[in-house]
Amino acid sequence: MADERITDIGPPNYEQFLPPVIKKNYGKWDYHEILKPGVMVHVAESGDKIFTVRCGSPRLLAITSVRKFADLADKYCDGHLRWTSRNNVEFLLSDESNIEPLIAEVEEYGFPVGGMGNAISNIVHTQGWVHCHSAASDASGTVKAVMDELLPRFQNMDLPAKLRVAYACCLNMCGAVHCSDIAILGVHTRAPVIEHDDLPKMCEIPTLVASCPTGAIRPATVDGVQSVEIIEEQCMYCGNCYTVCPAVKINNAQTDGISIWVGGKVSNARVAPKFSKLAIPFIPNNPPRWPEVVEAVMKIVNVYAENAKKHERMGEWIDRIGWPKFFELTDIKFTKYHIDDFKHAGETFARTAQIRH
Amino acid sequence: MTEMKYKTPLLDELEKGPWPSFVKEIKKEAHRPMIQDLLGQVERSYEEKISHWKHGGLVGVMGYGGGVIGRYSDLAEEFTNVAEFHTHRINQPSAWFYNSDALRTLCDIWDRHGSGLTNFHGSTGDIVFLGSTTEEIEPLFKDLTEAGWDLGGSGSNMRTPSCCVGPARCEWACYDTLDACYNITQQFQDELHRPFFPYKWKFKFSGCPNDCVASIARSDCSVMGTWRDEIQVNQAQVLEYAKTVDIDAEICDFCPTSCIEWDGKSLEIDNPNCVKCMHCINVMPKALKPGNDRGATILIGGKAPIVGGALLCSVFVPFLEMDPKSDYEDLKELTEAIWDLWGEHGKLRERTGEFIQRVGLSNFLEEIGLDPIPEMVMAPRSNPYIFFDDEIFETEE
Repeated sequence: MADERITDIGPPNYEQFLPPVIKKNYGKWDYHEILKPGVMVHVAESGDKIFTVRCGSPRLLAITSVRKFADLADKYCDGHLRWTSRNNVEFLLSDESNIEPLIAEVEEYGFPVGGMGNAISNIVHTQGWVHCHSAASDASGTVKAVMDELLPRFQNMDLPAKLRVAYACCLNMCGAVHCSDIAILGVHTRAPVIEHDDLPKMCEIPTLVASCPTGAIRPATVDGVQSVEIIEEQCMYCGNCYTVCPAVKINNAQTDGISIWVGGKVSNARVAPKFSKLAIPFIPNNPPRWPEVVEAVMKIVNVYAENAKKHERMGEWIDRIGWPKFFELTDIKFTKYHIDDFKHAGETFARTAQIRH
Repeated sequence: MTEMKYKTPLLDELEKGPWPSFVKEIKKEAHRPMIQDLLGQVERSYEEKISHWKHGGLVGVMGYGGGVIGRYSDLAEEFTNVAEFHTHRINQPSAWFYNSDALRTLCDIWDRHGSGLTNFHGSTGDIVFLGSTTEEIEPLFKDLTEAGWDLGGSGSNMRTPSCCVGPARCEWACYDTLDACYNITQQFQDELHRPFFPYKWKFKFSGCPNDCVASIARSDCSVMGTWRDEIQVNQAQVLEYAKTVDIDAEICDFCPTSCIEWDGKSLEIDNPNCVKCMHCINVMPKALKPGNDRGATILIGGKAPIVGGALLCSVFVPFLEMDPKSDYEDLKELTEAIWDLWGEHGKLRERTGEFIQRVGLSNFLEEIGLDPIPEMVMAPRSNPYIFFDDEIFETEE
């Protein structure tokens, strides 16, 4: 008898993982309060309470650590925990007296508690050199270096509003960083190099041609081989061609680096969601700790913290003071690269004489 | 302490400092030959400032087209144990709730078949198992499904839907995000596992306009909780907040439609003019709550830059009831109408949002059977280059 192969079962039903206090008060929560950084309580209409302890993680976790989290959940939370959309671990406690012992133990294990309220939450990020083919920079290393410095902003709630930092190692933006208060984005800066011998064996030429946003790739016969050519002045190095065709090499150790974008948000609070805008077009890769990137991010965070009004997100603050002031306060040089020249570029031109002098 | 096969002075620098270190995480699994070679290869990337991974090659489980992403070392002769180092996406439970037994089961399975490295979670929301050989793909899948887990999406299919914590632990949830996410995921298992779309399609379920899962920016279909009636106000609690919150400066002045007035005694909200931005509720959670007539706004077409530039979702249905008893029939009907149209006419690697821009929102709406309404635009067009058809001469009956 053949083994019955199980497929298409989907994820396990979440209900089996909910703590009893959540099952009982599902949809009947009354309010919540942040008790201190990284700790909050939700109070149900019934008066029942659930306490949450949130701690940061590097997202890349060894199963050794995941098992440790499971052990901590057993010890303090009757086995219940969850993760947030920003890769924080949340321990779900029904017994308030377990909060402090849990914090002590999880921090002792190396995972800081915080990321709540007017603070930096965890940096969402991508795979980088640890696991990705098109990475223009490393993700985990840059994030680690930045978070080492930003940790006090994670552990305290001393910012004007929440600050969402995200990292993506190329324009594919698996981390969808394009709507973050601060986005750190790996960029390629040179057109790809084509390996004509490999290309016909590895790639479908029509798919490759279609992958280019600017139509810079066209079929060509090179040394008798059916391949493609790239109109270099039309290429803006997105790397989409490389993703569909490994013979079109986009990675370049000398010219790949990092850009920094600011002022995006996804929440609808106060002003509508908005994209992040270019602050710094290029910083060379400088592993293992990317000091120039860390310094740039710290500068932007500190200037924002000192100047924004309470509740203003980065983008709201910049809209209030104006971009010229942002560049002045942060000592960032405005260059030709800051002016959009892609589709719909004119939407970002200043078409008013309303200028702060 | 496991002896290290390669010296990794650059990576070792990233073990320093207070934030949890991914290098320490990798080294926790260093008893595996695969991890030793991974450390060697990543150190090389740090020396040379370039990735040493290759992609491509069809890997996966029998009958599925997605869920496993092929990953190979371009230094396979040197780092033989990571010659194949494939990614597995495992569909997470709604709102990322687990219990310790479930986590241990997942760890035990991955312990047997791969590197022992994970992501909790990948960018789209899946549990990610990082690094297995091709040989282990089917046995891993067998163990996973027997334990009640399944793969998530990759490639040109419906990607793994995700949702916020919703009514499980949030007083602002305007519909049951966990149930909706689970229901839609189960409904579209075929679309999740077998890529036959022009490109990827993402669903994200946020319970309120705070959008904790970034649905408006990161999904093709954002189901965002909202309400139609009046914000619930507890005036006694407003007075309590007034002791620590400057209500004029922190609430009224930030209201995007100036619909809140405060006279020092009570808060008056011009509810028909409220755009449900959540700011006042966020600042005074004990005093204010979303109304009781709750549902969701459906927004379509968000994406990151590749290929034609980043887009935010735009409004399709201002308010849709999201009663679990309805089995989300309206949402499914809308989704299938969009999939039919985009599936037939979308170009290769063209996301729904890009397709809409190419064919025009009006044409798109007509094809899927939605009437144009002013909520769909920030403003009517300002250019007079209008394509008229005979409909303009028809008199309304």
